Amino acid sequence: MSNDSIKNTTSYSELDNNGLGYWGILAFFGLLVIGGLGAYNYMHHHGHYVTGMNNQIVWGMPHVFAIFLIVAASGAANIATIGTVFGKQVYKPLGRLSLLLAGSLLIGGLIVLLLDLGKIGNVIEMAKGALNFKSIFAWNMILYSGFLAIIVVYLWTMMDRTKTSKSLYKPAGIVNMVWRFLLTMGTGSIFGFLVARQFYDAAILAPLFIAASYVYGTAIYSLLLISTYRLTSRDIGDAVIKRLRYSLPLFIVAVLFFEWVRHLANLYATEHHGIESYILSGDQFSSLFWCGQILLGSVLPMILLWGPWFKNHNLALISASILAIIGGFIQLYIIIIGGQSFPLILFPNAEVSSSFGDGMVNSYSATFSEYLLGFGGIGLSFCIVMIGMKVFRMLPATLADAKVTD
Amino acid sequence: MNNFDSYRRNFLSIVGITAGTVASVTLAPNLFLREAKAKPDDEAVTDAKRWGLLINVDKLEDGGDACIAACKKEHGWGDDPKSNQAQDAQWVRKVKVTEKLTGHSFSLPVMCQHCETAPCVDVCPTGASMKRADGIVQVNKHICIGCRYCMMACPYKARSFVHETLIDQRPQSPRGKGTVESCNLCVHRVDKGKNPACVDAAPDALIFGDLNDPNSAISKELKQNGGKQIRADLGLNTGVRYQGI
Repeated sequence: MSNDSIKNTTSYSELDNNGLGYWGILAFFGLLVIGGLGAYNYMHHHGHYVTGMNNQIVWGMPHVFAIFLIVAASGAANIATIGTVFGKQVYKPLGRLSLLLAGSLLIGGLIVLLLDLGKIGNVIEMAKGALNFKSIFAWNMILYSGFLAIIVVYLWTMMDRTKTSKSLYKPAGIVNMVWRFLLTMGTGSIFGFLVARQFYDAAILAPLFIAASYVYGTAIYSLLLISTYRLTSRDIGDAVIKRLRYSLPLFIVAVLFFEWVRHLANLYATEHHGIESYILSGDQFSSLFWCGQILLGSVLPMILLWGPWFKNHNLALISASILAIIGGFIQLYIIIIGGQSFPLILFPNAEVSSSFGDGMVNSYSATFSEYLLGFGGIGLSFCIVMIGMKVFRMLPATLADAKVTD
Repeated sequence: MNNFDSYRRNFLSIVGITAGTVASVTLAPNLFLREAKAKPDDEAVTDAKRWGLLINVDKLEDGGDACIAACKKEHGWGDDPKSNQAQDAQWVRKVKVTEKLTGHSFSLPVMCQHCETAPCVDVCPTGASMKRADGIVQVNKHICIGCRYCMMACPYKARSFVHETLIDQRPQSPRGKGTVESCNLCVHRVDKGKNPACVDAAPDALIFGDLNDPNSAISKELKQNGGKQIRADLGLNTGVRYQGI
């Protein structure tokens, strides 16, 4: 067996909890799914007038949830990549859960996107070949479905013991990594290639989304891993926690770097001064940006994780992960809702007005059904994760320091 | 008059009528239809023509109100009962522009600009947002999935989403819940050789015609006096041009 293959020293096992805890949590996520389906039915039956979305803010809260889940999916699979492609032994036992989580988040996000469509029945036309390959959406459909297929093959190379599967382990990992890069770039490019709007139309959104995916994915993975091990009384040692503790703030730095460059470039160009002052110092989004995304979602997690006060303390990683998730969600809210609420510039240096929202900031407040649909996606993702952990051997029996090769 | 003359007259009459009918049938489509610019339903649209619209804002005394009313009447948008104002469809709207430095002010109707390289066509995943060979940009509602990506991509905010079930629609312009719609230059009228409804509502200010034909009224006027594009910086080569902006 090559050095790149997984060492068979790790033993994996299914969740064997049959108590109220497991079923209770599964039921909770199941209820979220039912809520999401109810919201879909309500919105689909009446039409989108029952939502807060309109002709100005055409993508709303469901899209914030969906894109968050899709971007996080790519990042969640990064844990497996580090073990496979970069050969970090300590990450290898974490790979299976990483891929299960990635696939589940992706499915959850895609279902939310799908259920928000105005004419879901016409999706069948796409299956019949109505695809426009110049559309980034069309690329993404290929990238997303390809990612799911790669995850299945990659998981097989991790879980099967045949020679063939073992020999494909590293190639599958490399393909997965490259594919993830393209996928997250594709998601960022949904906005990056839009010439119409002041806050988009910047290729830097593609690497920004890649960096953001690492933050969201690592944070969700850390929460899932720690909570599962705690609830199932499995051991998890400092070696694993330490890795996650140090990598999460590094990814946050990368996001801050891309955000900094993006805003700096916009601040330099006169045509973008309006949108920048709207986001950075306006009434609606400046506190969300500075207090939510930057302070709460970026600086505080970095202090919690890098500061000497909370060394080897799970609570620091847990709270930093929660904060990073909230910060990431706010980041996408600012990009998606903030970017759309700023008026399109048809006539620079002029006051414009119309009955269609020209020249004015458009307001948006999400309705309950939109939240319900979004949480339904999260519910679906974690239903799949929980069922996956119960049915397949996803979790190492122990991640105690003695059993983990650092 | 003898019988022979009578027979001859009848014979010549029949020959004359027959020849006239044959000549009419053969020549009439070219003569009459060219005059009316109509296109038979089974004839494919070609790129021989590129339809365009020139709007002289100075001649539009109402800023386009009459055009907007005509469009509403033709396509039946604008009074969707359950949608709020931000959700209600607007295929064309009157935009008031006041330059900050000079205070110069004007109003103009803004709708789909029928771009040559339309961003809405580029981004549509299904190809529902499409440009006909003759330059008319429109939505094929049979394959529109209602993702609204085209609305995100349009620099003119020309598109609307139908937020509710609609009843009592115009037969010539069906609209559908959950699909996106916009000005289609009254394609149903254009194919029958008529002007778009807005042009008939303000014939002194709007010229509709073939931009590929150097002898059309719109081409001559554009060549002589020019016409501006909104956001010409994007290089979209719009089919809708303005004078007086």
